[in-house]
Amino acid sequence: MIRFLRDRKVRDVLWQAAATVAMVAVVWFFVQNASDNMVKAGIASGFRFLWRDSGIEVPFNLTGYKPSDTILALLWTGIVNTLLVSAASIAVATLIGFTVGLLRLSRNWLLSTLAGFYIEFVRNIPLLFFVLFWYFGVLATLPAPRESLSFLDVAFLNRRGLYVPTPDDVTGFRLALLATLILIALQIGLARWARSRQARTGRDFPTWLVGFGLCGALPVLAFVAAGALTPWDVPSLRGFNFRGGFTLVPEFVALFMALSTYTAGFIAEVVRGGVLAVRQGQIDAARALGLTQGRVLRLVVIPQAMPVIIPPITSQYLNLIKNSSLGAAIAYPEIVAVFMGSALVSTGQSIEIIAITLGIYLTLSLAVSIFMNWYNARHRLVTR
Amino acid sequence: MKVFGAAAAAACLVALPAMAQQLAPSPTLDAVKARGNIECGVHLGLPGFSYANDKGEWSGLDVDYCRSLAAAVLGDATKVKYTPTSVQQRWPVLQSGQVDVLARNTTITFSRNATLGVDFQGINFYEGQTFVVRTKAKVAAVKDLGDATICVAAGSTEEKTAADWFRERNLKVTIINFQKNDDAISAYDQGRCDAYTAGIGALAGQRIKFKDPAEHQILTEIISNDPQGPVTRWGDERWQLIVRWVLNAQIAAEALGVTSKNVDEMKAKSTSAEVRRLLGVEGKFGEMMGLSNDWAYTIVKQVGNYGESYERTVGMASPLKLPRGRNELWTKGGLLYTPPFQ
Repeated sequence: MIRFLRDRKVRDVLWQAAATVAMVAVVWFFVQNASDNMVKAGIASGFRFLWRDSGIEVPFNLTGYKPSDTILALLWTGIVNTLLVSAASIAVATLIGFTVGLLRLSRNWLLSTLAGFYIEFVRNIPLLFFVLFWYFGVLATLPAPRESLSFLDVAFLNRRGLYVPTPDDVTGFRLALLATLILIALQIGLARWARSRQARTGRDFPTWLVGFGLCGALPVLAFVAAGALTPWDVPSLRGFNFRGGFTLVPEFVALFMALSTYTAGFIAEVVRGGVLAVRQGQIDAARALGLTQGRVLRLVVIPQAMPVIIPPITSQYLNLIKNSSLGAAIAYPEIVAVFMGSALVSTGQSIEIIAITLGIYLTLSLAVSIFMNWYNARHRLVTR
Repeated sequence: MKVFGAAAAAACLVALPAMAQQLAPSPTLDAVKARGNIECGVHLGLPGFSYANDKGEWSGLDVDYCRSLAAAVLGDATKVKYTPTSVQQRWPVLQSGQVDVLARNTTITFSRNATLGVDFQGINFYEGQTFVVRTKAKVAAVKDLGDATICVAAGSTEEKTAADWFRERNLKVTIINFQKNDDAISAYDQGRCDAYTAGIGALAGQRIKFKDPAEHQILTEIISNDPQGPVTRWGDERWQLIVRWVLNAQIAAEALGVTSKNVDEMKAKSTSAEVRRLLGVEGKFGEMMGLSNDWAYTIVKQVGNYGESYERTVGMASPLKLPRGRNELWTKGGLLYTPPFQ
């Protein structure tokens, strides 16, 4: 037995097993203790409430949720809304962040000063303030429903949101989407062919120009054709508000603007740091080869900056997802507002609801981390 | 053997009177007495019900209940520590024992009573839900609000009542849920919504917060019954007894004509047996709950009876100017009714 314990590997496994058992026991003790005490205090516990009718209105949802659905459906609606605002904000924050970060490094004094001003302004303001500023600021400047701004009498903008028409029939759009996917596949094939031809013969091919045609102009044409052939549900003013079509609520717009402009400030600094980490010799060498400024950036600087940029940018993405919970302050129906707010108060099951919400944020964050790590590993510079 | 039996019987006989003096243990009452104040959960700020002025002094109908409880238990109406709570915070604060009682415009509902581990100890305000709209919107009745956007505090009974009411009538409305009443009010004021919904009493107080109160109109139609009163957590029945009868004493004092002005005279001269029992001249009612016998006298002396409190906080002597309506004694056409002090 003693000899057996002298084996270091065995000891390590035993220690880890003991630690796991202790951890499980502690968690089990707390759960048991809480549920015993709740039964004693007459507070309902368990997860059956998820299948109860919710009766809670959600003004903005993409899931087709109705108040007569269950609390589980309400939770799902909240998750979808969180994902929607996070995904949109991440995309735009990355775009603004890269642009501002590169501008900050520009040799043009005006551009780099403006970018620096933006970064310092955004980074030094509390996010909640930013969210409320966008919300009440946006609300105050928009007109009342009767004085809506109208775009060609099909889309309308007022304090209740942006009203856009929706197609009654989506078959045409499915076909257009299919055509776009085929065009994208074509473009990828073309790019591969162009690259191998360049490697073989050294002749350049205008891949980007053709790409704009294949993946830009043609799909737009396809969608326009589909739109012209489809009957539309156009919003119209009935009584108090517009009905029909799709409504983009001001809560979404405010939260989206706040999150994307705020996080962009941090991403810009990360990008600047990453670019500065690329040695000047690399840039000089690329210039000496006669590459244009754009190509130096695209082919030499950014590929070497990416491994430095991706880990901190991942944590910015995670922050953004978690920060989307501030939407609760302006009634954007994301998971904290509908589930930890409305559902928690109407059922009173705080422990279960908070545990579920924690679990969801944890899952989302881990998923983003895993994806970003995979992306980083895949695009790591192959050193020869 | 017989000797033992006799001894046991004798011991029982001796023990009985001693046991009759013993009261059921009340951890909450003991804690309150040891601490020297009542921890009272109130609204974040609702004029007329619980509202702190610029000096931090609380006033309102619910605040007066807290003060009455302090007067009865500690003999001093000022010995209250107020804990302002949001719609969501109020339950955990009560369940976890952070407050001794919740007096926070809280509607009594079945599911709250059945699943939250709380008990409702009576009704100090009969509230009814209605809507505030802009005068220029020309809304005469609630049904005219079809297609409207309505701001509401999330997790309140109003949220569900409004959703149910419009759904039953096949009217489509958009309901926007805010986490705090004040956010819902300012969003309505900014024009995000066509209407804001809350109880008629609460609206009378909240209307003061609008930029221009004259532009808004409170509908007279009421779509719900929202009885509101003090709430305690489960367990500690003797504390519940005290909470319940302090409210009854406020109302009974009004019904029996005892006011803060005539309470000394009534105590000295009244021939009514019920007044004498209420004010502790006869019957030793306070002792039965573990309080001093002049508990109800102290309430009326320091805070006043229910009617006085109502007029001062939400009634005609206040900026809210709410008529008594359903919150009048049963003898005058209202719903307030107390069991006898017998």
